[in-house]
Amino acid sequence: MVRILAFFVGLGFVAALIFSIIVTPFASTEESVTEEFHKQPKTLALASDGPFGRYDKQQLQRGMQVYNEVCSACHSLNLVNFYSLEGLGYNEAQIKAYAASHEVPGLDPDTGEPTTRPGLPSDHFPAPYANEIAARSANNNALPPDLSLITKAREGGAPYVYSLLTGYTAVPADLPAENRPGTGLHYNPYFANLNLAMAPPLTSEGQVTYAPGNPKPTVDQMAKDVSAFLVWTAEPKLESRHAIGWAALAFLLIFTVLTYLSYRQIWAEKKGK
Amino acid sequence: MSFPWAEEYKPKSAMMQWMDDRLPLPRLVYGAIGAGYPVPRNLNYFWNFGVLAGLALTIQIVTGIVLSMHYAANADIAFASVEHIMRDVNSGWMLRYMHMNGASFFFIVVYIHMFRGLYYGSYKAPREMVWLLGVVIFLLMMATGFMGYVLPWGQMSFWGAQVITGFFSAIPLVGEPIRELLLGGFAPDNAALNRFFSLHYLLPFVIAGVIILHIWALHIPGSNNPTGVEVKTESDTVPFHPYYTAKDGFGVGIFLIAFVVMTFFAPNFLGHPDNYIPANPLSTPAHIVPEWYYLPFYAILKSFTGNFLWIDAKLWGVIAMFASILILFFLPWLDNSPVRSAKYRPTYRMFFWILVADVLVLGYLGQAHVTSWVVLMSQICTMYYFAHFLIIVPIVSRIEKTLPMPNSITEAVLSGEADEARPIGVAPTNPAHPDPVKA
Amino acid sequence: MTEAVSEDEGAVPDVRRRDFLNIAAVTFAGVGAGAVVIPLVNQMNPSADVLAEASIDVDISAIESGQSIKTSWRKQPVFIRNLTAKEIAEANKVPMSELRDPETLADRTKPGKENWLVTLGVCTHLGCVPLGAAEGEDKGPYGGYFCPCHGSAYDTAARIRKGPAPLNLVVPPYEFGTDTKVTIG
Repeated sequence: MVRILAFFVGLGFVAALIFSIIVTPFASTEESVTEEFHKQPKTLALASDGPFGRYDKQQLQRGMQVYNEVCSACHSLNLVNFYSLEGLGYNEAQIKAYAASHEVPGLDPDTGEPTTRPGLPSDHFPAPYANEIAARSANNNALPPDLSLITKAREGGAPYVYSLLTGYTAVPADLPAENRPGTGLHYNPYFANLNLAMAPPLTSEGQVTYAPGNPKPTVDQMAKDVSAFLVWTAEPKLESRHAIGWAALAFLLIFTVLTYLSYRQIWAEKKGK
Repeated sequence: MSFPWAEEYKPKSAMMQWMDDRLPLPRLVYGAIGAGYPVPRNLNYFWNFGVLAGLALTIQIVTGIVLSMHYAANADIAFASVEHIMRDVNSGWMLRYMHMNGASFFFIVVYIHMFRGLYYGSYKAPREMVWLLGVVIFLLMMATGFMGYVLPWGQMSFWGAQVITGFFSAIPLVGEPIRELLLGGFAPDNAALNRFFSLHYLLPFVIAGVIILHIWALHIPGSNNPTGVEVKTESDTVPFHPYYTAKDGFGVGIFLIAFVVMTFFAPNFLGHPDNYIPANPLSTPAHIVPEWYYLPFYAILKSFTGNFLWIDAKLWGVIAMFASILILFFLPWLDNSPVRSAKYRPTYRMFFWILVADVLVLGYLGQAHVTSWVVLMSQICTMYYFAHFLIIVPIVSRIEKTLPMPNSITEAVLSGEADEARPIGVAPTNPAHPDPVKA
Repeated sequence: MTEAVSEDEGAVPDVRRRDFLNIAAVTFAGVGAGAVVIPLVNQMNPSADVLAEASIDVDISAIESGQSIKTSWRKQPVFIRNLTAKEIAEANKVPMSELRDPETLADRTKPGKENWLVTLGVCTHLGCVPLGAAEGEDKGPYGGYFCPCHGSAYDTAARIRKGPAPLNLVVPPYEFGTDTKVTIG
């Protein structure tokens, strides 16, 4: 009885699917224009890549400098606290001074009016705009995304960020009119729909002055450095993750070998019985 | 229960005797997973996955309880509280990544466990109840996993909640009110997040309870085995402890190695970048996909595109998606072949492997960009999925000519040993574990 | 563990080797489980953001002699009190032998700033906030602070004089930035 019923239920599903196939017009898909011009991210090798990856702290410090002097004009870093900058190799006094160089929102202790005060290590990086509306109105209705997690929140990760920063090109001659950048937009083949509201942020060598002993601040170098910094902001615990991972793995390998030997030993007695 | 030759629990000390007279918990454990549980001696590595599923649930419960000490179920700060765990809480990143990847590992292990049951006929009499309770566990896991994925309140969390509760709106007349009831509003927000958190915390304990019933039901007839032949004599079995505790210990080692590799070196590999963007009710991500373990069902949902009979396409999809799991409840009665193991059922075995491939392809299609080819393929694969359980298996179980079976487990094991003696070929290395597919 | 004795190997060394392997495997499992407990417990310790709330600056220019204010440091109340000459004299008059937790007022203040008494507002008995810092509150029998929960009374140097509390109110680490600014922490 169950089987007869099941047979008809099964036929019902199959019929509904056959009907679906019949009524759905089959359109052979052509590559859309955006797909044709869209490029996959360039390769970017960072010290933090791979299972042995560690951060290049000098590079992170340079990247933070680029963020500070260029990106922070529009992009927030809401999830990052000043105290966590010790991960970049800064000491407590440096962090205190660095935090104090930022103005964060506060309250006037006498009047209760909103005002600003120098930052403390426990503060987050202050956002450039008070809220989303302010950010949109200042940016031609585009919202500059928060960068704290950007390398984890975008397909392609850090290489994508690096490619985007260095990928602005002239509009190709064969690009159809409807895909050409409108006012306030900029052509960038690494961006999913090709036209990006962000103007090229890194434009000339020496836009940021690196401390002596660092590589030349070419556009490419600055883009790499800020991408590396944004990997750190998204995953500040990467180094301990790798270290603990290896320790756990070493332990488990020994454990597994022991359990295997013990298992064989116990079963050896059953042989031939 | 179990077999007459099962080892009886004997308290080793006066204190244990005292305990045994008052609360025979050690006796219960001894009989359940100790030397007092005789188990077929020929179980292969696929039988490790029950214990591994239990371990995965334990990992989820332990890390989950700890994470809930820091998580805040409020739509305004849920996302930030997860990042607080990742950045500020001592070892928080580790606990969170373990919980994230632990969910995936739980499903991997359970899927293998289920397919093992399908291959070796573990759902057949007298183990129907074991199978039914297993399907209940699977359903509870899916609900728990979904609600857990909503908690970080990223873009995928939000839109996952929107889409999944949208299933209910397919129900005629009462659908929309039911959806509003589930969400506590018209779109996912604080009310939904809070109730999902509450249920996400509750359901794992319900799962643990059903697992106890699952094991209880298993212990009445005892474990199935790769031959599917019932245990006949004492020589067919070994005590669970130390034989299978040792083997499971090894399995646990392998499982944990895989788990550590994923958790510490590729923690976001199975996740989706969009869930690192805070929920935004005004903007849907370009490409919404559920977690990988729901993908085959998601493909089934999407493959119904025509208003067939008086039911519209949306409702067909939702019915089919739920039906694809619910038909598993009827499987013990759909398949009435007297032979359990697919080892001796060549026709069933072929269809079994087609089903495995079908589900894998459905999984791929579930996350693929919707093109006409993808839709067509998922329609064909969905058709096979339902045909397999509702049409093919019942017919095959009637007309199939099965292979001769060994008279007993011991006989199968000994022939396996003869196999081992052969100098070349892929012979089993241990007489207790003959290759499941060969023989 | 099992009654089965291996037949094809020497009984005694075999038993030892087997035992060694099993004990080693079980020991490793135990050590592993122990190692896992560390992060599971350690996650309850104060997190980095809590530890980072290290110091606060307080403007004390508006506190007149005899007045005090309550502020908050690491989510704990802090009393800052501008002692009057009379209160200082009272505190200095008390012989050490009478004190449960002997400390002079000078021990508890900064040199040259003996009138500024900075203490945590946390009763050393069970953690209530003592009265006496705000205008009109009961300062207790010794004119300092009085904890209403279990009746601990503190004198004008915030030293315990009566009641169940064992210790004086704690003086947190602090510095005078300028004459009117105190940095606590």
